[in-house]
Amino acid sequence: MTNKPTGWEEIPQINRDLLAPLQTTTWRYFLWVGILGCFVAAGLGAWTYQIQTGIGQTNLHHPIFWGSYIGSFVYWIGVSHSGTFISGVLRLTNAEWRRPVTRMAELMTMVALIVTALFIFYHLGRVWLFYYLIPYPNQRGIWPNFRSPLMWDATAILTYATASTIYIYLPLIPDFALARNRIQGWRKTVYRWLAMGWHGSQAQWYTLETAIRIITPLIVMVMISVHSIVGFDFGMALVPGWHSTIFAPYFVVGAVHSGLGMVVIGLYVLRKVYHLHDYVRTEHFEKIGQLMVVTTLLLAWLYFSEQLTVWYGKIPEHIAVQDSLLYGSYAVPFWFMVNCIYVLPLITLVWPRFRRWPLGLMIIGLFINIGMYMERMLIIVPPLGHPRLSFQWVDYFPSFIELTILTGTLALALLLYSLAIKFVPVISIWEEKFGRTHGQHH
Amino acid sequence: MNQENQAVEGYSKKAASPYKWEMVVDLDRCTGCEACVLACHAENNIRISGEEEAAQGRAINWIRIERYWEGEYPDVKAKFLPVMCQHCDDAPCEPVCPVYASYHTPEGLNAQVYNRCIGVRYCGNNCPYVARQFNWFDPHWDEPLAEQLNPDVTVRSGGVMEKCTFCVQRIRTGKETAEKEGRRVKDGDITPACVQSCPTSALIFGDANDPESRVAHLKNNGRGFHLLESLGTHPSVTYLRRLSE
Repeated sequence: MTNKPTGWEEIPQINRDLLAPLQTTTWRYFLWVGILGCFVAAGLGAWTYQIQTGIGQTNLHHPIFWGSYIGSFVYWIGVSHSGTFISGVLRLTNAEWRRPVTRMAELMTMVALIVTALFIFYHLGRVWLFYYLIPYPNQRGIWPNFRSPLMWDATAILTYATASTIYIYLPLIPDFALARNRIQGWRKTVYRWLAMGWHGSQAQWYTLETAIRIITPLIVMVMISVHSIVGFDFGMALVPGWHSTIFAPYFVVGAVHSGLGMVVIGLYVLRKVYHLHDYVRTEHFEKIGQLMVVTTLLLAWLYFSEQLTVWYGKIPEHIAVQDSLLYGSYAVPFWFMVNCIYVLPLITLVWPRFRRWPLGLMIIGLFINIGMYMERMLIIVPPLGHPRLSFQWVDYFPSFIELTILTGTLALALLLYSLAIKFVPVISIWEEKFGRTHGQHH
Repeated sequence: MNQENQAVEGYSKKAASPYKWEMVVDLDRCTGCEACVLACHAENNIRISGEEEAAQGRAINWIRIERYWEGEYPDVKAKFLPVMCQHCDDAPCEPVCPVYASYHTPEGLNAQVYNRCIGVRYCGNNCPYVARQFNWFDPHWDEPLAEQLNPDVTVRSGGVMEKCTFCVQRIRTGKETAEKEGRRVKDGDITPACVQSCPTSALIFGDANDPESRVAHLKNNGRGFHLLESLGTHPSVTYLRRLSE
C-alpha cells in the first residue's frame, strides 16, 4: 500500500454521503413537505373552482386570450432545459466538472416538464375535453389539426418528456443497483425492479455507456427543437410583436438562461441542506457562472436585435407594442426585467471573484428567474393588448385565482423535487466515483 | 379594379357551392347607432354579460361599433367603424385551431364548430380584427329573457369561442326555401339581423357570385376597401369609404 491517493479509497465515503438523503430524514424535511403540501392544496382548490365556475376566474378578456398560464408554460419549459443543457452539452463536450451537477439538473427537467404539462390544462376553456387534442382513431371522426403550432408543440413536448425520461433513467441504473444493495424494506423491491438486474459486469457497463453516448446528442437536438417550437407558437401568429423569425433562437437561449439560474439555486440549496461541500465545490459555481455570462450576452444580443429591428422599421402596430414596453404601461416590469436578466448578471458575473461566491451566484440565479418569468409574461401580454385596431387596446394583470394556481404549481414543483431527492441520489454516484478514479484531475 | 375581391383564392376555388356570401359596409351611411349590435344579440342568443363583466372587457359582441376620434378639440369628429367577423378567405384563425373547430365552409363562411372547441383561444389571438369572442362563463339569462331565445341558434356553453356567423341560420332557411321552389337564392332573400335592423342601410348582404346582386355592384363601386388589407386575409366584408372628405 502506498500513501498516494488513488481515488479508490474515497469510494465508501462517497456511497455513504450520497445515499444518506435516501436513508435519513429529519423533521425539518417533513415540515417543509407539509408547508408545500398546503400551497399545493390551495392551488388545487383554486383550479377546481376555476373548472367548476369557468375560465373567467382568470383576468383574461379579449383580445388578451393568453395570459399568465401560457407565460408560465413557456417559463417552466425553459426551466426544463436546464437539465438537458447542463448534462447533455457537458457530457457531449466531456466537461469533467459536470459530474456532481448532472443528476440535480436532470431531476429539474423531469419536474419542470410535469409542471409544464399542467399549465396546458389550466389554460383550456373546456379542460374536460382535452382528449380532443390526442391523435387516436375515434368515433368523432376528427383528427387533430397538425397545421396548428399547438399540435407541433404537443408533439414536441411529448417527445421531449419521453426522451428525457430515458435520458435520466439510463445513468440512474447503476445507482438504483447500489440503492438496492444498501436499502432495506419495501423500497428494496422497487429499486430491484428499477435496477433491471444490474450487477456491474463489463458487458453491462459497455452497453450503458454506449446507450448514453447515443441518446446524449439526440436529447440535445430534441431540447433545441422543443423550445424552438414553443417560440413558433408565437412567431407563427400574425400578432404584432410576435410575428418574428427570431423567436426560436431567442426562446432556446432564454430557456437555457433561466435553466442555468435554476440549477445554481438548486446546487446552492442542496449543498447546504445535505452538506455536499465535498462534491459541489466553488469551482462548479464558477463554471456555471461563466456559462451564465455567455447566455446573458447571447440573450441580450438576440433581444437587442429584435427590438432594434422593430424600432428601426417603425411599422405602427409593432411600434405600439414596443412603446408600451419602453415607456408605456409595461415600462416598470420591462425595465425591471432588463435589469434582472441582462444588467445585473453581467455587472456581477464578469468578476471572477464574484463567480467564486456561491451565495452571490444563487441570488443572481434568483433574479434571472424572476426576470425571465416576467419576460415570458411580457412576450405574451403587451402584443395581445395592442391589436391593430387600436379601439381594442387593453391591459391585464393576473387574478387572485390565477396567482393562487401559479403559487400552488410552484409549490408542486418544489414538492416533487423534494420527494424525488428522497428516492434518487441527487448526485450521480457512479459518475462521481468514476470521475475520482478515472477522470482527469479536477 | 379590386382584383382581390374577385380573385378568391384557395378555399373557394374548390368550392362546391354556387354561392359566395359577402357583406358591404357603407361607412358613409353608418351613424354609429348600434341597432345592429342589439339585433345581433337578440338573433344569435349572445349571452348577456352585465355591467361588471362589461367593465372587465368581457362583453360579447359579434358586431361592434368602433369609435375613433379624429382631429383636435374643438374640431373633433367621431368616426364609426362597424367590425364583425370578416369571414376571410385566408382566415388566420383557421390553421391555428388544433381541433378543427374553426373551419371554412364551401360557401366561404368561416364557421366555428362549438362542439369541437376546447378553448385554447389561439384563434382569438390570431384574428387581426379581434372578431372572436370567448365565453368566459356559462351563459345566463334573467327570467323571462330565457324565454326569448332563438330556437334556430345554439346556446354556447362556457369555455367556447364564438363569433359572427353572417346569421348562418337565416342563410340556411333562405337556401332551403329557394331549393323547394327550384331556383337560386335571389338577392334580398337573405338578410342577417344586423343588415335587417340598420336604419340607414349601411350594411348590405348578398351573394357575390351573382353579378346582379347589390353586394356585387357596391363592392366594386370604387369606394371599396378591406380592413387591414395588407395582411392578405381576403375578407368577405368590403368597406365603402366615406364621401364627406
